[in-house]
Amino acid sequence: MTPTQTEVAHRSGTPQDSEDTPVISVRRLWKVFGPKAERVPDSEELCGLTRRELMDRTGCTAAVRDVNFDVRKGEVFVVMGLSGSGKSTLVRCLTRLIEPTSGEVVFEGQDIREADAARLRDLRRRKFSMVFQHFGLLPHRRVVDNVSFGLEIRGMSKAERTRRAMEVVELVGLAGYENSYPDQLSGGMQQRVGLARALAGDPDVLFFDEPFSALDPLIRRDMQNEVIRLHHEVGKTMVFITHDLSEALKLGDRILIMRDGKMVQCGTGDELVGAPADDYVREFVKDVPRGDVLTLRWIMRAPEDGDALDGPELGPDVVVKEATRAVLAADKPIKVVEDGKLLGIVGDEEILAVVAGQEGGA
Amino acid sequence: MTVAIEKPEQTETAEPAAPVKAARRISRPMVLGAIVVVWLVLFAVLRGKQTLTLAAADLTDLHRWINDFNDSIGANRNSNPLFLYFFNEIRLVIDNLVTFIQHLISQPSGARPVPEIGWLGVVGIAGYVSWAVGNWRVALLAVAGFTFFGLQGLWQESMDTLSLTLSAVFVALLFAIPIGVWAGLSDRFNRIATPFLDFMQTMPTFVYLAPLTLFFLIGGASATIATVIYAAPPTIRITAHAIRNVSKTTVEAADSLGATRRQSLLKVLLPMSKRTVVMGVNQTIMAALAMVTIAALINAPGLGPVVLQALQSLDVGTAFNAGLAIVVMAIVLDRVTTAAAAREENARNAKHDFAKWRRPLLGAGAAVTAVLIYLSHTYLWAADFPGDGTVGSHIASAADSATNWAQDSLSGLTNTIRDVITNGLLNPFQTLVTDSPWWLVGAVLVALGVVLGGWKSGVTTAVCVGLLVGTGLWSDAMTTLASTLVATVLVMVLGIVFGVWMGRSMMVDRLIRPTLDAAQVMPPFVYLVPFLALFGPTRFTAIVAAIVYGAPVAMKIIADGIRAVPETTVEAATSAGCNTWQIITKVQLPMSRSALTLATNQGLIYVLSMVVVGGLVGAGALGYDVVAGFSRGELYGKGLAAGLAIVLLGVMFDRITQAAARRATA
Repeated sequence: MTPTQTEVAHRSGTPQDSEDTPVISVRRLWKVFGPKAERVPDSEELCGLTRRELMDRTGCTAAVRDVNFDVRKGEVFVVMGLSGSGKSTLVRCLTRLIEPTSGEVVFEGQDIREADAARLRDLRRRKFSMVFQHFGLLPHRRVVDNVSFGLEIRGMSKAERTRRAMEVVELVGLAGYENSYPDQLSGGMQQRVGLARALAGDPDVLFFDEPFSALDPLIRRDMQNEVIRLHHEVGKTMVFITHDLSEALKLGDRILIMRDGKMVQCGTGDELVGAPADDYVREFVKDVPRGDVLTLRWIMRAPEDGDALDGPELGPDVVVKEATRAVLAADKPIKVVEDGKLLGIVGDEEILAVVAGQEGGA
Repeated sequence: MTVAIEKPEQTETAEPAAPVKAARRISRPMVLGAIVVVWLVLFAVLRGKQTLTLAAADLTDLHRWINDFNDSIGANRNSNPLFLYFFNEIRLVIDNLVTFIQHLISQPSGARPVPEIGWLGVVGIAGYVSWAVGNWRVALLAVAGFTFFGLQGLWQESMDTLSLTLSAVFVALLFAIPIGVWAGLSDRFNRIATPFLDFMQTMPTFVYLAPLTLFFLIGGASATIATVIYAAPPTIRITAHAIRNVSKTTVEAADSLGATRRQSLLKVLLPMSKRTVVMGVNQTIMAALAMVTIAALINAPGLGPVVLQALQSLDVGTAFNAGLAIVVMAIVLDRVTTAAAAREENARNAKHDFAKWRRPLLGAGAAVTAVLIYLSHTYLWAADFPGDGTVGSHIASAADSATNWAQDSLSGLTNTIRDVITNGLLNPFQTLVTDSPWWLVGAVLVALGVVLGGWKSGVTTAVCVGLLVGTGLWSDAMTTLASTLVATVLVMVLGIVFGVWMGRSMMVDRLIRPTLDAAQVMPPFVYLVPFLALFGPTRFTAIVAAIVYGAPVAMKIIADGIRAVPETTVEAATSAGCNTWQIITKVQLPMSRSALTLATNQGLIYVLSMVVVGGLVGAGALGYDVVAGFSRGELYGKGLAAGLAIVLLGVMFDRITQAAARRATA
């Protein structure tokens, strides 16, 4: 089972200029916990074992097994999986908060695993930052001092870092709370502080480790919208960990699904829903409202004889939900056209099959 | 002859232990019952044989050997390099520190007939510091408390006690906080340190003193060193605990921002554990005060000797006056440090304009304090506490007349209580353990250890029994053991009654708990005073003092255990139709069994340390041996051996009950 990595055009709103050079490139990454962990990735035999067998044989747990992916500049890359799938370990390996067992994590042309302590610290101070599930705020510091903490560690002067912190506090919508202490804020607001702290250092890449899992559903939605807004405003590359598929689909340009430390599939939301790589993914995406995710590309069919080809035109990346009204209103099938070329047509049956929740598309 | 008798006995010793193998099949209470029955039968037969009694003035070879060892150390103190360059140096440094602080606040300094800072300055400093680290309420308390020492006519003694306490706390924190941080950061070091800390805290205050005098002579320096050793563990423990409990995410967040180890220690770990560490400092101060007063036994100056001499001459009034000063000092120190721990949080929630005023106010306070210090340095009226301590003599005579009244009119009641418990419980039990042959009691102890705590604690018990015999003080140890066990039984009765009551009713808990907290803060010494007044100098006085000393901790643990029983279980029992008594006996007590064992453990340790202190008021046995060892050179070795015997009893009790507690939780 190889991960499908189909190239499909991006969703709107993402910068597409330099997507050919990935920001982070992960190759054959392994993280094994346990005694003499380093022998596991090297041994073909041990690699083939299931998690349980590996535990019985060696006393080791492989949290991340042979993971490969690229994160492109400016995209929101989501890693999704259930608890215990290794996603939090994976994201910590990327900044070496957890030391990977083997593999490469290439950033700016350099393998992060080779970086010495000083270089690693420098990367963490200037290039990366992370938002945590349980916030990790300092209870003895005010909001503004929490936000400027990273700058303080860099050695920035007090006046300068306070000025910068105030800007970011404003940006995440916490203006007026800068002198409060974390325990005086609600969970959602505390996570805004965490977000501000991550943004304050103006990093290249933001890592989110299940940042909204500890929040109430309504606040979680607000915060997701906040991330989308910030992504539009500051255009940072983001790596986002979640166990919630709808969150993944809502935020992610591309999604990596993990199971038992292995990657199962990596692709855009509509690819996962339209072409699940295996039963595991299929089961996962079963309850997703398909019309919200699939685009016309996934449900169009080749024109047959007798199809009227003079109906209205739509692009292939229009989401089914948005096309529904137009398709149903037109008395002829819709032509799906890209760059003046007819790709296929979509009629009432195709739309209804998706909207009514039946199997459709690929 | 003896060999001939011993042979069959050896086979019999195994007998009580024999049913243990069947412990899994036969119920544990039955095995315990069998052990007791076998013991009683053998006791009836063998009573009075091989009891290893040793008269008060008799010595064994071990004791004489320690005496010689002590003499040779005394002779070589200034020639042996170990002493010349190590012990004497430590002693010198500590001595200088203590003398320095004494000259500052308590003792005449140089050519001056009075200390550098007189009472007015000290009261000013006490108030100012309390206000700066705590709040104005504890500052008032501190000023009132310190003035009270002067009014009692105990200014100099109180300041001596304070000097020793402060020096000891200073030195203890100097070591304890870094060690605590280390133990918090390093798992390996923590694993190494924990057993030592456990051991140090299990020991009654008393036993630290004897071996230290061997190396550091008697006096203020060795009192301070003993106090440092006794008082440091709480801070080490609590600091390590605090560092360990800092949220992992927060540390990780600091790492992810690129913090160095030093930065994350200074900016994350230490600030976040500050509040807890201050609580550790509070415990260290309290322990230091307790130890400094007891160090009177090795000629430490201060309030301790006043109490000690008064206790020995049965002068309840004077003892009460000085005891009161110790209590007041304990309360002041405790309140101030507790307020210090709470201050930051309160300040955080306070209005901001207050914070703005704080700095100038602190400055003004410092100026006023400086003026007070200057006055007290320059003018005699501000240096020497005015008046002649009339309040103190009033207190003493009031205490005396209260004692006389109590002895006259309550003697019927108190004597009855005393006689009932002494004759009904203490004497028979003491006879049983002291008049049985040593090997029989030893075998019973080992068997109990095995049944209650498993094989490992059985082995520990066997080793302890063997070493106890080796100290040559078997009989005295058994007397102490009897007193301790009787007192512990009574502690547990009180603990269960009040603990269950507190655990079941929030209101009762709120009413009783502050009293218990306050009782635990007091140095064990002062407990003896009121009971000496009521019961006179007997074993029983020591036992009652031990009960009062040990009961609070047992009550608190049991109350917490009862409260920890899940609400739903109690609800289920209620809905099944249990009445209150059934809920207590069938649900709450069985479910808090581990709390009960833990309470027994703590109760035993507390009681043991107090029963030993009771040696001062005629409790005899090991406590007396230790006290006599301090005061009479020829008994030095015996006293040290008695200290060792106390340690062995403590270890034995602790191991058995801890193992039993682990079993209860398993």
